[in-house]
Amino acid sequence: MTVTTPLIQLRGVQKRYGSGEAELLALKGIDLDIAAGEFVAIMGPSGSGKSTAMNILGCLDTPSAGQYLFMGAHVESLSRDQRARLRRRYLGFVFQGFNLLARTSAQENVELPLLYRGDSASSRRAAAARALQSVGLGGWEQHTPAELSGGQQQRVAIARAIVTEPAVVLADEPTGNLDTQRSHEIMGLLLALNRDHGITVLMVTHEPDMAAYARRRVTFVDGLVARDEQNPHPVTGPPVVQAVDEDV
Amino acid sequence: MLLSVFLLALRSVRRNLLRSFLTILGIVIGVAAVITMVTLGQGATQAIEAQITSLGTNLLLVLPGQRRAGGGGGGGGGVPQFTEADADAITAQIGGVVAVAPQGRASVNVVANGRNWATSVTGSSNAFFETGNWKLAAGRLFEPDEQRAGAAVCIIGETVRREIFGGSPASTAAGGGPAGLGAQLRVKQFSCEVIGILAAKGQGGMGDQDDTVVVPLHTLQRRVTGSTKVNTLSVSMADGADSAPLKASLTQLLRERRKLAEDEDDNFNIFDTQQLAETLSSTMGVLTSLLGAVAAVSLLVGGIGIMNIMLVSVTERTREIGLRLAVGALEREVLLQFLIEAVVLSALGGVVGIVIATGASWAGARLMAVPYVFDPSINALSLLFSAAIGVLFGYFPARRAARMDPIEALRHE
Repeated sequence: MTVTTPLIQLRGVQKRYGSGEAELLALKGIDLDIAAGEFVAIMGPSGSGKSTAMNILGCLDTPSAGQYLFMGAHVESLSRDQRARLRRRYLGFVFQGFNLLARTSAQENVELPLLYRGDSASSRRAAAARALQSVGLGGWEQHTPAELSGGQQQRVAIARAIVTEPAVVLADEPTGNLDTQRSHEIMGLLLALNRDHGITVLMVTHEPDMAAYARRRVTFVDGLVARDEQNPHPVTGPPVVQAVDEDV
Repeated sequence: MLLSVFLLALRSVRRNLLRSFLTILGIVIGVAAVITMVTLGQGATQAIEAQITSLGTNLLLVLPGQRRAGGGGGGGGGVPQFTEADADAITAQIGGVVAVAPQGRASVNVVANGRNWATSVTGSSNAFFETGNWKLAAGRLFEPDEQRAGAAVCIIGETVRREIFGGSPASTAAGGGPAGLGAQLRVKQFSCEVIGILAAKGQGGMGDQDDTVVVPLHTLQRRVTGSTKVNTLSVSMADGADSAPLKASLTQLLRERRKLAEDEDDNFNIFDTQQLAETLSSTMGVLTSLLGAVAAVSLLVGGIGIMNIMLVSVTERTREIGLRLAVGALEREVLLQFLIEAVVLSALGGVVGIVIATGASWAGARLMAVPYVFDPSINALSLLFSAAIGVLFGYFPARRAARMDPIEALRHE
């Protein structure tokens, strides 16, 4: 267990949808600490609340009750724009469906988050080129998503997530749309971000093979944290021989 | 930031070129219609004003005629004409009058140089040239004894000179004088000497004013019409004279001279060219703004078209908006992006509309034979207005985009 100040602290976090008869308590009181530099896999069956938790962790949503401290800031009391500023500064997102802009070059896709930070065109271009280089897509700057494979598209998306040099990358089922080999390549990238750049990675997945890359595994069941365990022998890089555990 | 958002908007316009073109078509047509209407209207107004000015400014035209209920003034047979004495009386008794030209007119064929030309001959005094803003291109005016005696002399317009004598225009002829000066011109049964040639006034909407022959009034009365009648009195007012009291005293004098009883209507009409010009141009102004207003409605329709497409665009790009919000775009930045996109579209429509309008009004002005007047203010106004339409009709779709929930938007299929 690393001894660092928690980057993320959830205290009794609840999330309620609807009201009256239709009321649904998606999160029933979550306590969770995540330290800087961790690689956490969030697992659980559908409807367990893991996506809701991800949205709250990503400052896209606010808890109905409880506290969420991100780097000491009470996210639950921040306005929409304040959370947006937090996201543009500290958070990077990777989605299952890539969410790249169609008919837009890889470079422009990667530059997108920098646009809202007011970076100059030349510094945006340089940063985007660096980010694409680090995901192994140097030289593919001018290709549009339609000209890239699924794995390459997700690499562009990862480049977009890290181009702002965020503290945390949140990946929501990043390998959900990819075949096994591409999945492992993507996991290798996320692992490298965590290991080499010290970026905290939070990843939702339902594939044990992918979760095996994480050093910590948090399992949600019915809106509560059912298990929170360390993985003493995380997979260190592709190619993968065999998954470590099969208990989920 | 603003520049990059602007470039982003341009890129989005370019990415959907056909759709963008169809979207701005409404604005293009609207702007083009407004500018063309207003430009042609102004050209027509100018043309009319120029024609009236060429008749003579500060001019009152007195014509015999009865004003009838429901109809215009007619030069009816029973209405007495004027005489030369009326003109003398006006000159003598009414202040503020510079010159009075009694005029008789007749249609004639003129023959000279083996050529034949149908024109009109006007009998008048030298005052005719003063009231009618005529200048001599060559030669001289009538001598007093020529006027008294009804001498066989005439002054001809440029059109008559050209048709009968040919050669270069009187105003540009060198040295020896233009062809025709000093020649004998046969008007009906008598021959007159051409003593002067009038400077051309040019073609106007009121017919070719240069197609005329002027002789002394007595010459016309004795040798052409055989009567002492005068068809028209042209009264030239002093500069800055107020036409209303002058017209009133003129009316009073003419009523007395024509022995009209208190309860009888005037049997003559007084036209004030100044007033005529003002009336005509204000009528044209009303017509122009009316046409402009009709055209402006199409601008509004164009704006609604932009709103429609922007709404479609926002719905289509829901995921993109979600992504932008997720990576940290502020509400107002998304709002600005879509607003600028709408403004870029509509302003583009304005620019294309101005280009089309410039071509159309130039062609229209040539077709209608009115001057083409480029009015920068109407062009600037149209551009500004079309951009404003972008703001107005782009705001609602843009706000809708900015207020999206990023989670919902990202999930949108």
